[in-house]
Amino acid sequence: MAQISTVISRFYNDYSVKTPKKLKLIDAYLTYILITGVVQFIYCCLVGTFPFNSFLSGFISCVSCFVLGVCLRLQVNPENKHQFAGISPERGFADFIFAHVVLHLVVMNFIG
Amino acid sequence: MVQAGSKKTQVPKLSSKTGISSLIIFVVLLLAWIVGFSSRLFAVIRFESIIHEFDPWFNYRATAYMVKHGFYNFLNWFDERAWYPLGRIVGGTVYPGLMLTSGSIHYFLHLLHINVHIRDICVFLAPVFSGLTAISTYFLTKELWSAGAGLFAACFIAIVPGYISRSVAGSYDNEGIAIFALQFTYFLWIKSVKTGSVFWAITAALSYFYMVSAWGGYVFIINLIPLHVFVLLLMGRFSNRLFTSYTTFYIIGLICSMQIPFVGFQPIRTSEHMAASGVFVLLFAVGALKYLQSMLSKSEFKSVVIYGGLIAAALVFLTVVLLTYAGYIAPWSGRFYSLWDTGYAKIHIPIIASVSEHQPTTWFSFFFDLHILAATFPAGLWYCIKNVNDERVFVILYSISAVYFAGVMVRLMLTLTPVVCILSGIAFSGLLELFLREDDNVRPEEQEDEDQNTPNKRQLYDKAGAGGRLPKIKHDQSKESDGIGQNIRSIVTIVIMLLLMLFAVHCTWVTGNAYSSPSIVLASYGSDGSRQILDDFREAYFWLSQNTADDARVMSWWDYGYQIAGMANRTTLVDNNTWNNSHIALVGKAMSSNETAAYDIMTALDVDYVLVIFGGVIGYSGDDINKFLWMVRIAEGEHPKDIRESDYFTEHGEFRVDAEGSPTLLNSLMYKLSYYRFGELKLDYRTPAGYDRTRNAVIGNKDFSLTYLEEAYTTEHWLVRVYKVKKPDEFNRPRIPVANRVIKSPNFISKKSNKRKKGTIKNKPVVVKGKRLSKNQ
Repeated sequence: MAQISTVISRFYNDYSVKTPKKLKLIDAYLTYILITGVVQFIYCCLVGTFPFNSFLSGFISCVSCFVLGVCLRLQVNPENKHQFAGISPERGFADFIFAHVVLHLVVMNFIG
Repeated sequence: MVQAGSKKTQVPKLSSKTGISSLIIFVVLLLAWIVGFSSRLFAVIRFESIIHEFDPWFNYRATAYMVKHGFYNFLNWFDERAWYPLGRIVGGTVYPGLMLTSGSIHYFLHLLHINVHIRDICVFLAPVFSGLTAISTYFLTKELWSAGAGLFAACFIAIVPGYISRSVAGSYDNEGIAIFALQFTYFLWIKSVKTGSVFWAITAALSYFYMVSAWGGYVFIINLIPLHVFVLLLMGRFSNRLFTSYTTFYIIGLICSMQIPFVGFQPIRTSEHMAASGVFVLLFAVGALKYLQSMLSKSEFKSVVIYGGLIAAALVFLTVVLLTYAGYIAPWSGRFYSLWDTGYAKIHIPIIASVSEHQPTTWFSFFFDLHILAATFPAGLWYCIKNVNDERVFVILYSISAVYFAGVMVRLMLTLTPVVCILSGIAFSGLLELFLREDDNVRPEEQEDEDQNTPNKRQLYDKAGAGGRLPKIKHDQSKESDGIGQNIRSIVTIVIMLLLMLFAVHCTWVTGNAYSSPSIVLASYGSDGSRQILDDFREAYFWLSQNTADDARVMSWWDYGYQIAGMANRTTLVDNNTWNNSHIALVGKAMSSNETAAYDIMTALDVDYVLVIFGGVIGYSGDDINKFLWMVRIAEGEHPKDIRESDYFTEHGEFRVDAEGSPTLLNSLMYKLSYYRFGELKLDYRTPAGYDRTRNAVIGNKDFSLTYLEEAYTTEHWLVRVYKVKKPDEFNRPRIPVANRVIKSPNFISKKSNKRKKGTIKNKPVVVKGKRLSKNQ
């Protein structure tokens, strides 16, 4: 257990030193979404999923925001530059916006 | 592929070369579209612009309803003319993509004041979409291999019979547009895997959404793509590109697919869709591990993985157990079981097995539908396996799974056909590349400047071809050093050309002869080659629509439900949307019981007319007597006490309609309705009266009359026979034994008169004692 805690603390240090500020911003956004998703999940466990489509659209929109955020983070990360040839951070962000437009149109239709 | 190769080789002379090659590509695709379109028009030219078969009639009816009443009314449409007395909620039980597509085409054309009737749009929709299929196949193959292979594949799919069978003009069915959606989704998926771009993943998801709205076969996509990802993971080909494309595609595709009312919450509830979400979670886990790996040292990573892995495994296990207990995840549906276990349907769900297109495929039909492509596509597969990369793994999996499914069900030949075209395109392209390349170098008048730097050009050429084709280049070079003789080259080329020509001839022949009959209008050829049109179906349906009450209920076997609703506009009991097995079984029971028992069922179901298809006069083999055993089986499944299949066979286990047939069969309602008055009919001089041409036998039960029904209409060639069910006060009641008869006394005594008189009998013979009764009294 002690080993784990040292590992975690080292991980935290590495993270705070190595990660660029932009990515930290995205990470904060991702954490926020994660918390939203967890809250929704707890809520549905406590209260129930009665308007199932509303619950689903809320939860899935959370998950998809998270997914899209992760994708943006991967594409923006300078370490992954070679993997995403031809996708500049700006292009990645434009894709991100486009995906959100599509996603939220569908979610609004589904939420009922 | 020659053009395609040259497209990318000449970097300095880009403009003219690109111009020529893109012109060639454009022309080839356009020709493929035109050829594909026109070869699907046989049915229209030979017969007329008419909707074919069974299911298209429902699609047409629904489309016409949508055009007339608007989209929202269509979604809320409750059809009381189907499944009497249950009715059918059409909006929630239909894939609306087809109706929406033709409805919006109709809307746009009318916006431009081109007043096309909706029927013509429906008839020509599938041929038009076949061109789009060809184009998306071109793009898909181009992503997988090269533009040349793409052109081959596009030409193949434009004319291959396996696809034409479902997309001739008039065959207005979901598959017509679904194959386009399938190919296009795969193209976008490959594109997104290659680039890792969120944009392409979103377009793939939108195309998947279109596919979901069009055809139940979308399940194939949502299982094949996760399989692709899973296999890539197993092969250790995980990349961030794969992560972005799959996760985006999955989550957007998931929420999009739930917008279709018919699909509803199935994507998160049923086992068919669970593989996709499993891979989604797995991909996240792998992605997180990779991220941690990049941040931590090896030993640290190990301990984290051990703890994390244990916790994750426990969590996943718990959720699956919980969900299964709570009943959230439904088990697999019957149709999918029958994909794994081919005998399943036959034992458990006769209604699935009864449809001929759900039968296993015969070897013959592989050749018939694919011809030369069936032989060449393994070569393309081999090329792909030899030079494997991320996207070729996909086409390998696609072909293997499609071959399996096509072997299980005739109907799924349709999903095999596109991949066969792609792989054959690759095979032919590879072959011709090998044997035609020298021609490029030898032909001086065309490419003088290129001749000078042949080796350089070849290098570029190969690079352009497909990236990872190094083994073959070596192969080529060794061959070239040996020197493939000019003769061999030309012979091989000519043989390939001949094969392709034979293929084209075969496709045209099959399309013209096998797949272009509307099946509601039949054609027969006389001995002098003259053509006779048998229009009995429409004759009968027209009679029904003109001579019966608007709310009359027509009982027929379920095959004809959609046609009766579509053409005669009358209420049916069962139709081709076979959602209620017990209702169908009830109709099957009525058809297979004797007249009295059937009459009880028919009165219970308020049947006014009974319609049977009888082919004995013209030798039409798809009639109700030939389908009769399925009715018996389906009825037996629900009513095992009343109907037993074995009763309908002779002692030797034969199904015979002649005098030796089993008495149960000879007295069943279906038999009587089919052969009523047939015993009097002498078809020609050589055969006795009552000779059934379909089953080549003289019928066994010739002289009988119908008690509870009366013949209402029989078409010209006796193909369709309509009977009216008598009301209880109409029919000649069956003879009641004398002892049971209750006779009303003839002179009526009013109860009002309180003085009771003793009854007298009129004309009572007076008996005078001592005298004999006179004989003539």
